[in-house]
Amino acid sequence: MARGMVIIGAGECGGRAALALRDLGYDGPVTLVGDEPHLPYERPPLSKEAMASDAPAIKAIASDEVLAEKSIRHIHSVQAVAIDRAAHTVRLSDGSALPYDKLLLATGSTPRKLPMPGLGGRCVYLRTFADALAIRAHLRAGNRIAVIGGGFIGLELAAAARKLGASVTVIEAQPRILMRGVPAEIAEIIHKAHVAEGVDVVCGQGIASIADDGKEVRVMLAGGREISADLAVIGIGAVPVTGLAAEAGLAIENGIAVDAELRSSDPDIFAAGDCCSFPLAVYGGRRVRLEAWRNAQEQGALGARNMLGAGEAHAAVPWFWSDQYGLSLQIAGLSDEGRSTVRRDLSDGAFILFHLAEEGRLVAASGIGPGNAVARDIRLAEMLIGKRAKPSVEALGSPDVKLKALLAPERSHRLADGGAAPHLPAGILSP
Amino acid sequence: MSDWVEACAAGDIDEEDVMRFDHGGRTFAIYRSPDDEYFATDGLCTHEKVHLADGLVMDDIIECPKHNGRFNYKTGAARGAPVCVNIKTYPVKVDAGKVLVQIG
Ligand SMILES: Cc1cc2nc3c(=O)[nH]c(=O)nc-3n(C[C@H](O)[C@H](O)[C@H](O)COP(=O)(O)OP(=O)(O)OC[C@H]3O[C@@H](n4cnc5c(N)ncnc54)[C@H](O)[C@@H]3O)c2cc1C
Ligand code: FES
Repeated sequence: MARGMVIIGAGECGGRAALALRDLGYDGPVTLVGDEPHLPYERPPLSKEAMASDAPAIKAIASDEVLAEKSIRHIHSVQAVAIDRAAHTVRLSDGSALPYDKLLLATGSTPRKLPMPGLGGRCVYLRTFADALAIRAHLRAGNRIAVIGGGFIGLELAAAARKLGASVTVIEAQPRILMRGVPAEIAEIIHKAHVAEGVDVVCGQGIASIADDGKEVRVMLAGGREISADLAVIGIGAVPVTGLAAEAGLAIENGIAVDAELRSSDPDIFAAGDCCSFPLAVYGGRRVRLEAWRNAQEQGALGARNMLGAGEAHAAVPWFWSDQYGLSLQIAGLSDEGRSTVRRDLSDGAFILFHLAEEGRLVAASGIGPGNAVARDIRLAEMLIGKRAKPSVEALGSPDVKLKALLAPERSHRLADGGAAPHLPAGILSP
Repeated sequence: MSDWVEACAAGDIDEEDVMRFDHGGRTFAIYRSPDDEYFATDGLCTHEKVHLADGLVMDDIIECPKHNGRFNYKTGAARGAPVCVNIKTYPVKVDAGKVLVQIG
C-alpha cells in the first residue's frame, strides 16, 4: 500500500501543493500537517486594508469541504517534530507518526527577532492571523503605534493603522525605507505617501534601547529622540524555518537547500516556498530564497509535480507586489541584477523602472502607481525577463511602444492555461 | 432577457485586448480575441474585487492584474491560482460596427 505524500506546513505553499497533487490525479494518501489552528490561508491581507475591517476574517486557500472532497487530510494545531529519513516517517507533536513516500517541507519563514533586551508584551511581530488580530485590537484613534523597520509588512501595517486613525511612527535604521530590493526612486514615492497620510517616518536612526512596561513602549533612538507608543510592531525581516530539516541532517544554505527541481539533499524530501533556497535559472543559477506569495504558490505546485516524478526545473521569474493607501507596487525580477535603469512614465503618475544588465539584457522591472496602473506592463516585462530579452532602451522608455509588441513575433511565452494536464510519467499517479 | 446594450465601437478595443464597460451600476469586461471575436465577462475578479480590464489578455486567457489569477474569457472558467471561482460570461454580438452585450 502507498505510504503517500506528506506536506509539513499548511500555509500558502503547503496548501497549494496538496491541491495540486489531487489536480494532477494522484490518488494515494495526501496529508497536510500544520501547527496553526486554521485552514491554509493567505497571509498578504494580514497587513493590508483588509485588516482595517471591523471583523477581519481568514482568507482560506481551500475550505473544509474542498479538502474533504479532494480527500486531503488536514491535521491542524500539530507540529512535525522529527523526520526519520531511514524509516520514511515524520513524528508529530501529538505522538503519532506519519509514513511517507515523498515529503514536502513548506515550513515558511518566521519574523526575525529584534536582538535587544527590554521587549515585553507591547512589542509584537506580524506573521499569523492570530498576530494580526492581536495587533488589530490596538489600531484605533488615540492610540500610538511604533513600527520598527521600514519594510513592506511594517509599511503596509502603518497604512492600515492610519486608516483606523491611530498615530504612527515608522523607525528605520537604514538611510531610507525599503532598502532591500526597491529602487530609491520608488521608495521615495512610498515615503512621501506615508508622510502625506500623517505618518512620522524616521530614517537613518538606530535604536539605542527599548523599555516596555506592559502598558507602554518607549523606544530610545541613537540620536537621542524618544518615541512612546501603545504598541510597537517589529518588522525587520524574516528567517526561514529550517529546524526540522536541519535536525534531519538536510543541507541548509540560507534556507533548506534544494536543487532546481526543489529536491533537498534527500531525494525523497522536497522543500518549497519561503523556507527554501534554490537556484534561480533566469540569473544563471544564482541561489536565492524568496519571501513572496506567488513564489510560494508556484513552488507548491512545482513541488507537487516533482513529487510525482515530473522532473521539472523551476523556471519562473520572481514577482512581488505591495499595496499601501491607493498605491500599488509590483516588482518582477531582482533589481540588484541590473546595472542601469530606463524609466517609462505611464498615466496618473505611475511609472516603471526597467533594470538592465551590462549587456543590455532586461533583468528586472519595478513599477508603482495608483490602482493597478503598472500591472500589465510589469507582467509583460516579466515575460521579457524570462525570455532573457534585450529590448531597446528607446522602446522601453516610450509608453507608446506596447511591450506586448516586443514579445512578438515568436511569442514563445503563453499564459499557462492551468487546466492543461502536465506530462508525468505513467503509473506514478496511482501508487 | 434580451436587453442588448451597446458597450463600445468594434474598433475601440485592440485585438487581444480588453476594455472596461460600466452599465446600470454594474461593471463588465469586454474582450477582443486574437482571431477578432468579441466576448464579455463580469468586470471584477472572483478572488478580490479587482477590475480585470487592467489585466493582460493572451490568447483565450485574461490574467488578473492584482495577483495573476487566470480565466478563460470565452468560457469563464477559472484557469489558475489563486482564482478558483469561475467568472460569469455574457453573450456578445457585433452589429453595424457596434459591440453589443446581452447583460440579462
Ligand atoms: C503580513 C504579511 C504580508 C505579506 N504580504 C505579501 C505581499 O503583499 N506580497 C507578496 O508577494 N508576499 C507577501 N507576503 C509573503 C507571503 O505571505 C509568503 O511568501 C507566503 O506566505 C509563504 O508561504 P509558505 O507556505 O512558504 O510559508 P507560510 O505561509 O509561512 O506557511 C508555513 C506554515 O508552516 C507552519 N509550520 C512551520 N513549521 C512547522 C512544523 N514543524 N510543523 C507544522 N507546521 C509548521 C507555519 O506555522 C505556517 O503556518 C506577506 C507575508 C506576511 C506575513
Ligand atoms: S484579485 Fe484577481 S487574482 Fe486576486
